Amino acid sequence: MSTTLAITGWGAVSPAGWGAAALADALASSSPCETSPLERKLGDSTVTTLVRRVPAGGTAPRVPRLRRASPIAKFAAAAVAEALGPERIALAASGKLRVGVVFTISNGCVNYSNRFFNEVLADPSLASPILFPETVFNAPSSHLSAMLGGSAPNDTLISDDSGFFSGIDLAAEWIERGEVDGCLVVAAEELDWLSAEAVTLYSRRMVPAEGAGAIYLAAAEGPVVLDSLPDPVSYQLRSRAEAAAELRRLLDVADDGATLFVDSRSGVDRFDRGETAAWAGWQGPRWSPRAVLGETMGASAALQVVAAVEHLARGGCGRAVVATSGWNQQAAGAAFRAS
Amino acid sequence: MGIVSPMGADVAENAAGFQAGRSAFSEVTFFDVSRQRVKTAGVAPECAISGERATRRMDRGTRLAFHAAREALEMSGAPGRDRMPLVIGTSAAAMPIGEDYHRAAHSGDAPRHLQLRRVETYQAQRQLTAMAELLGAGGPIRIISNACASGANAIGHAFHLVRSGRAERVLAGGYDALCQLVFAGFDSLQALAPSGIPRPFDAHRDGLALGEGAAFVVVESAASAATRGARVIAEIRGYGAATDTHHLTQPHPEGNTALETMSAACEMAGLEPGQIDYINSHGTGTPLNDVAEGNAIRRWAGDAVSSVRVSSTKSAIGHLLGGAGAVEAVICLMALEGQWLPASLHVREPDPVCTFDLVREPREAKLENVLTNSFGFGGANATLVFSKEDAR
Repeated sequence: MSTTLAITGWGAVSPAGWGAAALADALASSSPCETSPLERKLGDSTVTTLVRRVPAGGTAPRVPRLRRASPIAKFAAAAVAEALGPERIALAASGKLRVGVVFTISNGCVNYSNRFFNEVLADPSLASPILFPETVFNAPSSHLSAMLGGSAPNDTLISDDSGFFSGIDLAAEWIERGEVDGCLVVAAEELDWLSAEAVTLYSRRMVPAEGAGAIYLAAAEGPVVLDSLPDPVSYQLRSRAEAAAELRRLLDVADDGATLFVDSRSGVDRFDRGETAAWAGWQGPRWSPRAVLGETMGASAALQVVAAVEHLARGGCGRAVVATSGWNQQAAGAAFRAS
Repeated sequence: MGIVSPMGADVAENAAGFQAGRSAFSEVTFFDVSRQRVKTAGVAPECAISGERATRRMDRGTRLAFHAAREALEMSGAPGRDRMPLVIGTSAAAMPIGEDYHRAAHSGDAPRHLQLRRVETYQAQRQLTAMAELLGAGGPIRIISNACASGANAIGHAFHLVRSGRAERVLAGGYDALCQLVFAGFDSLQALAPSGIPRPFDAHRDGLALGEGAAFVVVESAASAATRGARVIAEIRGYGAATDTHHLTQPHPEGNTALETMSAACEMAGLEPGQIDYINSHGTGTPLNDVAEGNAIRRWAGDAVSSVRVSSTKSAIGHLLGGAGAVEAVICLMALEGQWLPASLHVREPDPVCTFDLVREPREAKLENVLTNSFGFGGANATLVFSKEDAR
């Protein structure tokens, strides 16, 4: 990354509410968001999973493509609308601003996938042709490009919860090559009983959650600058603990007692062990979004980043480092500073 | 390069099959198609991997990917795998495992540990991390899921990583295996040819056939390849990617975005349309796709269109979805190396949109520069241009 890149817009939808401000406020207060039961019938019984949902009250932009879209696309669109703001959306729509989209995802459109596969198993001849296209991993990102107009590149990356940093890396490539004027990096997930129960298989202490985070990256002046973005450290050929330690070394952030560290700890020791060891003795302030928001899966690193950026922009700190020890692919992170 | 497709389990079998003009569709047997309108597809050969304990939990698609990736790595003789990045395209990924999880969750009697294993191994990054470890490739893994353009995007990304100097060499490719959800999905859209035999660019074409497979290439800087005396199969000359926002599943009828990616890739390559000796089209065989692509080729080639040779290899092996772009790229590389043209099979009466030279029989040809198009759901469009090493 040879060009200085600034984050000139950001947005979030999370169990803390609609907007980056609600997210940062919730993390600053360290108060866990409310849980609610997600129920499904199984024979004569009911299976209940406690989850943290995005609260009602917010709305996604009113665009034709989102009419039938599932919550993941609506959360993403709302985060993007906040990140870009109406002026830049209008510029993109008029073709005066080339906005790339990198969408990172783990689960994807699980609501429609669940419904569609139920229909297939019941009677494939009656399975809905409207549902199927919405099950494809890149459907949400396609809706975002349709919302913005133009033909700028749009890639969907599948990853574990650390994938958002790979998305930033790809966005930086496009900006450096001049393929886009700026690039959105977005991650989003939605709840459904199928994925919620899957999360609790890892640990009954995990609370499944949903949401979206987006940043707009450009080679421009901005309130927050991307300071460092090392290559992710993959888990093949090394342990999670080794990867977490290597990531901290690569991030090379001085612990001055004032730098905010936003970590990825889940509250389950066997998953957190590597990151805890790698960052032992951190003297500065530390946020653990999962303790507040729950397990937002592929969106979690985006929410970590947006929270850090919002805090930097508010003047809450001068520097922030964000690190994620992903479930099963890589450790990744980035450092940011207020400009 | 490495390839597994319905045509065969390696480069030699695939090259022989395409040169012979073989059609490779058969009955789908590994999930229930009894209530589907269509019951056949391009089925890849079983790629059993002996002696590798870690492959036991691999889904069918990742096994295909592993097989093709290993062939590519062995052919390249590439050193320094411990730092080698991977860029991999897929659309369905390990969906059959997700389907098993779904069925077991509905039954309610699945043991918790088995469900956890299904959840874990359903995830593409978990599967591909295991694959990379078996291959000894230790660099970052980028998994692209741009529907049917994923495999071409993966090679394009690798091209840029090497071109920019960020990596000396990258293992790149794409894969997808057949699965029930996707098969039923295309059937629900009535996008599958009822006969099971696709006829891309035929005036009476009635849909696509699905297929499965994988292909990989090692993309390496020319300097690195020269230093170690590696055999260079071809040079990647151009890559174009853009987004068609016309509709979630339908291309712009005039092929605007296809025109944009073809033009961008050729501009990067420094080549005029008249210098492209062959186009491996996206050519699905659906009414809408072939018209849009045909229009794009006509607009792109201009006066030279009648001499542009085009075929769709999906007519022989089906649409490999996330693997299609990579598989068709490797078909182009095989054609460049062997100096032959693969054919569009099953065409009875070419559609009027075929203002180009539709290749209906495989034949020998002098090829220096070739182009391949890949377009996907969501409007993901990608074009790659390859040249023979000595074409400049």
